Amino acid sequence: MYENYKDLAKRIRKDCLHMVHVGQSGHIGSMLSAADMMAVLYGGGFVKVDPKNPKAPDRDRFILSKGHAGAVVYATLTELGFFPKEWMDTYYCDNGKLMGHISHYVPGVEYSTGSLGHGLNVCVGMALAAKEKGEKHKIYCMMSDGDCNEGSTWEAFLFAGQHHLENLIAIVDYNRIQALGFSKDICDLGDFASKVATFGWATKTVDGHDFMDLENTFKSLPLEAGKPTFIVANTIKGKGVSFLENTVASHYWHLTEEQKLEAYRELGVEE
Amino acid sequence: MRKIFNETLLKIAEKDPRIHLVLADIGYGEIEGFARKFPERYYNCGVMEQHMTGVACGLAMEGNIAVTYSIANFPTLRCLEQIRNDVCYHNANVKIVNIGGGVSYGPLGVSHHSTEDIAILRALPNMVVVVPCDLQEAEAATYAVFDYEGPVFYRCGYKNEKDIHHRPFKFELGKAITVEDGDDCTLIFCGPIGFEAQKAVEAAREKGIHCRLISMHTIKPIDKEAILKAAKETGKIITLEEHNLAGGLGSAVAEVLADEGCLDIKFRRMALPDVNVHEVGSQQWLREFYHIAAPDIEKAILDICGK
Repeated sequence: MYENYKDLAKRIRKDCLHMVHVGQSGHIGSMLSAADMMAVLYGGGFVKVDPKNPKAPDRDRFILSKGHAGAVVYATLTELGFFPKEWMDTYYCDNGKLMGHISHYVPGVEYSTGSLGHGLNVCVGMALAAKEKGEKHKIYCMMSDGDCNEGSTWEAFLFAGQHHLENLIAIVDYNRIQALGFSKDICDLGDFASKVATFGWATKTVDGHDFMDLENTFKSLPLEAGKPTFIVANTIKGKGVSFLENTVASHYWHLTEEQKLEAYRELGVEE
Repeated sequence: MRKIFNETLLKIAEKDPRIHLVLADIGYGEIEGFARKFPERYYNCGVMEQHMTGVACGLAMEGNIAVTYSIANFPTLRCLEQIRNDVCYHNANVKIVNIGGGVSYGPLGVSHHSTEDIAILRALPNMVVVVPCDLQEAEAATYAVFDYEGPVFYRCGYKNEKDIHHRPFKFELGKAITVEDGDDCTLIFCGPIGFEAQKAVEAAREKGIHCRLISMHTIKPIDKEAILKAAKETGKIITLEEHNLAGGLGSAVAEVLADEGCLDIKFRRMALPDVNVHEVGSQQWLREFYHIAAPDIEKAILDICGK
């Protein structure tokens, strides 16, 4: 199973590199840090979706609140067959099929974001709706450090704890770098899990690149009955490509052809 | 007007289990009926307008109709990006209701004045903007708003609005209502300030000027036909709104006239000037201070008719 995750994560990373190279666009670091989690969430069947019935009422909802990393979701969804792989050749391009920030106009994408601090609030609304009707699906929200600077995100933390939304799972891709620098120097979230725990969430800190840790965690959802789940996934921005790893520049990096090929070599994938 | 809105909402919600009310801790004395009757469809988020709007959008994405409700510009400007990116982009069935449009909360001050909302909300794709003028219209508009699938901004009055409609009317979103007939000029208004317009029209009539009076309750989509007909038949149009001069009803009417090449008419916009309304006073006092009350409207009617 873990080999499957590894292979899927490798393909997701490759596709992300391809897309940002085609589009000459940024945010590759934010995509690479999330790739392993996407591989487990979707590859492990934890986010239950069906490309043949993308709007099935009992599907799990997955909202990427860090919408700038939309390509990591596109790469995952095309693996599952939601849309043709050729669409990735048009990412960020004129008359392209795939917008830079994640768009619900793409099959399989639940919700559009891009401006930070929107996803968790909407997930809360979806979680309330499911709870009211006794529906069993889960609502996942993947967030970022910067996303958690936004006051609106903290409004959602407060509210979800108050309302005991155990069908809500927030995962922070905690790569500790945001747009202009290291999070600790800008707006230090510190012991993030403890902070959110005081809001009434069940929390867990995991290694966001450890497939076993991720799988075991996702298998045990909700972490605690009657509480929303908050997972702090320690990750490395730009993970898998040495010259991007743990750099602020990876947020804006536009890959040259040579850099893309070098990244492919490091990942062990072919053009 | 807020009372009739809440009463009507309650009636509609009894028949439509999709309706949810999402608050940001505002609505004392008005929302308790809904809260008591439908506790499972009622959420008070606390003082969190952004979250209120996000939650409403999430509920709507799941097939519900969500109402966000607060006063002045709290449910619109504080959470404008949530309205734009969440509600409008996803065409979510969220009804955004503000109580106290214009300077209804006059002496509470600038923070509680809702004087730019029409301009800002009508600039958002997928958004319908409704500004009812009296209780009858507010009730009819509420039914229409909930029949419509998609985002709506419902700019509600506050209290003690006077009746403007004195003859039966059919309410349709996007179809203006002629309150008074007349062919000498036309006064197009939105909202409860229409009562001031009506007084002015009556006073002008006594002086032999017959001014057509139109309630443009839907600013978006606007009733182009009614505007162009008024332009053609009366040749003179005045607009009146309790809103900043920039971007509101007057601008929307001017856009129609300009786009349709209807530039050979006399046209005047009456609105609040482009200022922060920092003077202390009641709604009526402020209307008079800023020359949008009946005497100044009457003057404008006489003036545009060359009297």
